[in-house]
Amino acid sequence: MKKKNLKVGLFIPCYVNQLYPQVGIATLELLEKLGVDVHYPQGQTCCGQPLGNSGYEEDSKGICQLFVENFKAYDYIVGPSGSCIYHVKHHFDILEQTEDVKRVRDNAYELCEFIVKVLGKKDLGASFPHKVGLHKSCHGLRGLKLGSCSEVKGEHYSTEEDLLNNVKGLQLMSLNRQDECCGFGGTFSVFEETISVKMGKDRVNDHIASDVEVLTGADHSCLMHMEGLINRNKQPLRVMHIAEILNSTL
Amino acid sequence: MNHAKRATEFNKDEAKVNWHDKALWYVREKRDKSAHNVHGWEYLRELGSALKANVLSNLDTYLVQFEENAKKNGVHVHWAADAKEHNEIVLSIMNKHKAKKVVKSKSMLTEECHLNPHLEKHGIEVIDTDLGERIVQLAEEPPSHIVLPAIHKTKEDVDVLFQEHLGTIPSQGNPEYLVGEARKHLRNKFLNADVAITGVNFAVANTGGFVVCTNEGNADMGVHLAKVHIACMGIEKIIPREEHLGVFLRLLARSATGQPITTYSSHFNKPEEDKEMHIVIVDNGRTEQLSREDFRASLHCIRCGACMNTCPIYRRSGGHSYDYTIPGPIGSILSPGKDLKKHSSLPFASTLCGSCSNVCPVKINIHEQLYKWRQVIVKEEPQPVIKKTIMKTAGKVLANPKLFEVAGKSARFALKHAPRFMVYNKLNAWGNARDLPEVKGDSFEEWYKKRNKNNE
Repeated sequence: MKKKNLKVGLFIPCYVNQLYPQVGIATLELLEKLGVDVHYPQGQTCCGQPLGNSGYEEDSKGICQLFVENFKAYDYIVGPSGSCIYHVKHHFDILEQTEDVKRVRDNAYELCEFIVKVLGKKDLGASFPHKVGLHKSCHGLRGLKLGSCSEVKGEHYSTEEDLLNNVKGLQLMSLNRQDECCGFGGTFSVFEETISVKMGKDRVNDHIASDVEVLTGADHSCLMHMEGLINRNKQPLRVMHIAEILNSTL
Repeated sequence: MNHAKRATEFNKDEAKVNWHDKALWYVREKRDKSAHNVHGWEYLRELGSALKANVLSNLDTYLVQFEENAKKNGVHVHWAADAKEHNEIVLSIMNKHKAKKVVKSKSMLTEECHLNPHLEKHGIEVIDTDLGERIVQLAEEPPSHIVLPAIHKTKEDVDVLFQEHLGTIPSQGNPEYLVGEARKHLRNKFLNADVAITGVNFAVANTGGFVVCTNEGNADMGVHLAKVHIACMGIEKIIPREEHLGVFLRLLARSATGQPITTYSSHFNKPEEDKEMHIVIVDNGRTEQLSREDFRASLHCIRCGACMNTCPIYRRSGGHSYDYTIPGPIGSILSPGKDLKKHSSLPFASTLCGSCSNVCPVKINIHEQLYKWRQVIVKEEPQPVIKKTIMKTAGKVLANPKLFEVAGKSARFALKHAPRFMVYNKLNAWGNARDLPEVKGDSFEEWYKKRNKNNE
């Protein structure tokens, strides 16, 4: 397949667009470096997940429809967030299933998954000489099956590990609990604040106890939650999206 | 009080939360090891799920077949539409035998029906004989877990409780001593009981027999000593054929505690000579749940508790935070069907991480059902004004790129320039324990536009 002729629509989740532009930039630069014909459809907003997960799926139809309009012309839709892509693939069933809707749902990919499965690349020539802890976000892991889950019997695999293990100098640290939820959960983080914070604290402490210097993951919402705790508690841990690490050449 | 508030109560003692979390995580890891040792574990789950789906589609046939066969074996079969009927039937059997003392082995159904207070009201002594159940009974609390009913209590708590109720001497929570004393206390109760009540794990349609699984042997002890055995079961406990036990018994214990099989899998088929055996088959809202297509599969549940052990919320909020007989993820999809208003916070007590669905031995799509209940609850129950306004507004803003741009800009401006007290205050639950993201200059979209202009 000639990947060069395929047009990729870059999906930058709403909160990444507003609060973490560096993650969007790293994603775009990385895809360009890999020779992908990538475009950012302007005027995109959100996938509708915050509403759906809060029970307001009905009110999110306009958002979902706008998403489809923005991306229907592309061969692939790629975004640096497992949970948003999961939402597009699994919860856009509330829209009328036109050809456009079906195509967008079928061709939406989380960034790491796109690089490994579609582009067939694992070594991206990045270098990042640090001890890294990988947070496997639940929607990417259990929803999109980006990796094997600790609950399920089977061979071990992980799309993110495939990529990180090929980064020069990077040392991937093993954690006590390899895939426990961080407690972000969208509006859960606010309406179940106590438990959300406790879960986040426990996750962060696992990384610290495992000698991690940089905490990374493929979903910045989880990272935002944990970074908020790390900064408040002044803990010695840097937080970076996996796209930023894969785009590093230092 | 909703789940979040009760969870906050539980979290006032962080050391205890850590202990609770670790104790249950230990069980979860034991489950992983034991389940993953079974060649074809995932296939076994498929089978369990398919069998339960078959059962739910053919309940009418299997239940009648079961009744017929049980009657042939000399068992009395009773049907109860709801908890009230169930309790009345049990009481009437007791009265017929002028029974005053009951020993009970673990049965979540009788908890669900609040049988104990009903019998006690009529002057009957009810003793729960499962050790964990006895502990919470003495503490006058409901079980906090369906397999480990007293998991919220430390051995020191039990020490104090036994001193008060069983007259034990202080032992600093010595488990051997406490178990020994409980054994003596319970032995007496077993010997003097008129009636033994048990639950039912699996009722076999083609034989009319049923199986009760325990680790303490307390079901057998009770049944063999008392003159009358009453077994209470929900309609969904039926399985088509005896050989299907080979699927479910393998799934149940491994999922529940990581044991290859429960210490006792007791098969009851017919009463002993000069004794009576009764089965009470209970609906109590189950057919209503069966009629809800999206939530039907919740009735697959074989009550192993694996979803509780794996749930990162349950482990940190404790079983009582759910305020329902069946706590945890499975309780959060069963309870709204019983009382939507009362339990409307439970489907939101989840991050939808999906670990529950992954461990479920009968493959209930628990986290997907949680998502679906949320949609139902927002439609049918009045929602907090703030949440509703935010969501409805977000729906409009995010469907409109121009509005989104303006909103994003003002939010970033506020985050960057507003004084700290305006950002971090009681209205902002995010900011109590977490910092907000540091705002950079441009949004990605603004950066992208500038870059394209420079490249032109």
